[in-house]
Amino acid sequence: MGKRGHCKEHLRQFSDYIDGELAPDICAQLEAHLQECRDCQVVMNTLQKTIDLYQVAEGEETLPEGVRSRLFARLQIAQSTGKKPGE
Amino acid sequence: MSAARQFPSEFVDRLIAGDGQAFNELVDQTSAGIYGLGLRMLGNAQDAEDMLQETFLKAHNALRGFEKRSSLYTWLYRIATNEALMMLRRRKSEFHFDSEPVTQEEAENGEEVVDWCCLPEKEFISEETRSELTRAAVKLSNALRMVFLLRDVRGFSTRETAEILQVNEEVVKTRLVRARVKLRDELSGYFRERLQGQGNNG
Repeated sequence: MGKRGHCKEHLRQFSDYIDGELAPDICAQLEAHLQECRDCQVVMNTLQKTIDLYQVAEGEETLPEGVRSRLFARLQIAQSTGKKPGE
Repeated sequence: MSAARQFPSEFVDRLIAGDGQAFNELVDQTSAGIYGLGLRMLGNAQDAEDMLQETFLKAHNALRGFEKRSSLYTWLYRIATNEALMMLRRRKSEFHFDSEPVTQEEAENGEEVVDWCCLPEKEFISEETRSELTRAAVKLSNALRMVFLLRDVRGFSTRETAEILQVNEEVVKTRLVRARVKLRDELSGYFRERLQGQGNNG
């Protein structure tokens, strides 16, 4: 099992730090803390890596051709008959 | 990651005026993203396709009334997210699923301290890891998963996400932290085993 040594009160700050939304003074304090707290470093790095992995996995997604053609077919029918959704 | 998704004003005007070609362009530019969101939220291709079609049917019928108070992009995603959440609610009532673990959702963990960033790159791009990403995301409540997908995967800002989901920005931020921490915890459990496997293999 993992250790429980890191500082849970920083979780919100890690998230804001990743988004570049921390106030400069708090950001400096957090960076100083990260220098001396290895557990927090690990949590911060793995939090960032988690986000990166989802972004990379999603980046390759395209619309399957069948889905696209059925979508346009349905939209065309709706446009020509003036049907409302759900009808 | 930032989302620069402002459509030119004249393009929006054409859409509002009922220009079919402009609408087709809108569909082509935005449908893959909306379908991807549907897949991640609903978990299967058929439901994602239904959600995609309903979204654009509703958008098409509502465009004439679009008032340009929000961006067209967030407006479209509001329709799409409403559609997905409605389908999820319907599904829950049909199958009498247990209600969402709201109290569990409140309890973020963040206790797994395993440094798995050093794993070789091939570990991160494997099919198994990809499945693990999906499995971890499915364990989030709908509310947390939606915020994570909009903010971190689609790249909407906090303000845009709040606008899409019609909640305030503080709610978005709180849900995003919880979603990120929960996903990190899940992945840490998975990668801890991969690390141990590496150790065993030499």
